[in-house]
Amino acid sequence: MEKSIEMRLSNKTSFSQTVNNSLTMAYRGLLKVRHTPEQLLDVTAQPILFTLMFTYLFGGAIAGNVHNYLPVIIPGILAQSIITGSVAIGVQLREDMDKGVFDRFKSLPIARIAPLAGALLADTIRYAIVTILTFAMGYLMGYRPGAGIAGVMEVGVLVIAFAWCTSWIFAFAGVVGRTAASVQGISMMVVFPLTFLSNAFVSVNTLPSVLKWFATFNPVSHLITAIRELVNKDVIGQDFWLTILGAGVILSIFAPLTIRAYIRKV
Amino acid sequence: MILSQVKNPSVAVEAHGLVKKFGDNLAVNGVDLSIPRGSIYGVLGPNGAGKTTAISMLSTLLKPDAGTARIFGHEVLKEAQIVRRLIGLTGQYASVDEMLSAGENLFIFGRLLGLSRNDARAKSAELLEEFGLSQAAKRQVKKFSGGMRRRLDLAASLIARPPLIFLDEPTTGLDPRTRNQMWQTIRRLVAEGSTVLLTTQYLDEADQLADRIAVIDHGKVIAEGTPGELKASVGIASPELRLMNKNNDLEARQILKRVLNVDAHISNQGMIIAPMSDPELITDLLLALRNANIRLEEVSVKTPTLDEVFLALTGHETEPDAELEEEVGMEMKN
Ligand SMILES: Nc1ncnc2c1ncn2[C@@H]1O[C@H](COP(=O)(O)OP(=O)(O)O)[C@@H](O)[C@H]1O
Ligand SMILES: [Mg+2]
Repeated sequence: MEKSIEMRLSNKTSFSQTVNNSLTMAYRGLLKVRHTPEQLLDVTAQPILFTLMFTYLFGGAIAGNVHNYLPVIIPGILAQSIITGSVAIGVQLREDMDKGVFDRFKSLPIARIAPLAGALLADTIRYAIVTILTFAMGYLMGYRPGAGIAGVMEVGVLVIAFAWCTSWIFAFAGVVGRTAASVQGISMMVVFPLTFLSNAFVSVNTLPSVLKWFATFNPVSHLITAIRELVNKDVIGQDFWLTILGAGVILSIFAPLTIRAYIRKV
Repeated sequence: MILSQVKNPSVAVEAHGLVKKFGDNLAVNGVDLSIPRGSIYGVLGPNGAGKTTAISMLSTLLKPDAGTARIFGHEVLKEAQIVRRLIGLTGQYASVDEMLSAGENLFIFGRLLGLSRNDARAKSAELLEEFGLSQAAKRQVKKFSGGMRRRLDLAASLIARPPLIFLDEPTTGLDPRTRNQMWQTIRRLVAEGSTVLLTTQYLDEADQLADRIAVIDHGKVIAEGTPGELKASVGIASPELRLMNKNNDLEARQILKRVLNVDAHISNQGMIIAPMSDPELITDLLLALRNANIRLEEVSVKTPTLDEVFLALTGHETEPDAELEEEVGMEMKN
């Protein structure tokens, strides 16, 4: 029994240990969800409500009828819900870091980054729920994606990868913010422009010039277009690559910022 | 045993001139400690004295602003990951996950410490059994009583059987029975070869448990020694007498002066009190009073409280303790 604890005294943390520690911390995140499933309320309610609300609200006006609007709105709501779903990480981290258990994590010989990496990883379950629910709602309302189930799966991978990148923005807010409430506030100020000032509901050409400029530049718009092309026409076009680029830029700015701020605190 | 690999297996903690400032508040102001392996070391001090801050620096949670600390010869700053392998920390505020069950907590910590899934499960079951928590294994920690939480917290520090264990106020807010259990557990740990550094606000606790005690106040060690040495410096016990006849007061005090060789004073309640360094003298004192035909209405022997030790050592009293009372209050609600 005692033997299995790694007894070699070394001041370095190996890569495999970092991965193992992060997976354990992700497992901890899943256990927390099992004890308080309410945590998933945001990622379940939003896809269901928004799909119903926006489709029937705008469907007739924008696309003539609801059926024609579905291929446009479902990708929009998916992208929007994914990003909203990645906000929770910040508040979670802030609350976690204020708790006594974090002192124990800090006193254990584990990879410093594991609690952060684990939390980001555990959120994959939230993104998977968003993806499944949005397409399920679409299906119930009569949406039949042109690229079939394979297209849906590819889109799932794309949006989860995108969310992994954007969640660093909110993780950063969580690490530097003072209180959970301020983290929530800052995050919302980022989320609303990103998700609403995009082509989620309407074509950017209908927007006034400043908004149009922002919406065109917004990586979320590219994500939405990429999803539409992928799931409706089975096409990987320019927007797909722009999405990857946008996500990469966000990641390369916020991951180092977050890790630096985080390591300084732990 | 892991200690065969350390630089200095005989000294568990060696600290020199530790300093920690929060703004311009010197929380720890030049603390030196030397703790031999296999002993229980008590850090005694009132709320705000700097106990938690000192432990946090020794356990790699906080970076000292000045000074050095070594755990079994390994520097806490430069060799933090090694130090973390050698220590177990039970913080003052529950350092377990409230949202998870007791079993899940121990499983997660076991996995983080490098145990396989099966070993982590087995270790968790073993510790829950050892700490009498098997019945509550599946219950969320937030539904635990204060005593159960402390036990789980301590259990979590023992997963890797670290040779040095930090316990920050392990019994504050516990009822006397649970406190006694905790004391027994701490004694057992040391009997099994661990070294324990514990902080406390109770002189009684340090006295019962510790081989050596450091008294700290305003971030400084103001006295250090065995419990015997410390108590001797302030008087080991004080006889308190109430006389049948108040008119004998003066004569009684003269007898006290002669037998105990100290000045007695009269308390607010009208008791005659005198510190005494040798408990044997109480017999001589009572005989002398009998011979002088002074009759007693009430007699008791009081051990000094932390406040009295403090008064004797620093000339000022311990500050009122709001936080402690709050914690006890919480305990009662639980
Ligand atoms: N994180 C912190 N930030 C600012 N001040 C602190 C912090 N932690 C402790 N202090 C201050 O440092 C002093 C010592 O605190 P602490 O080490 O918690 O004492 P103890 O554990 O003996 O009660 C106190 O005056 C406390 O207010
Ligand atoms: Mg404290």
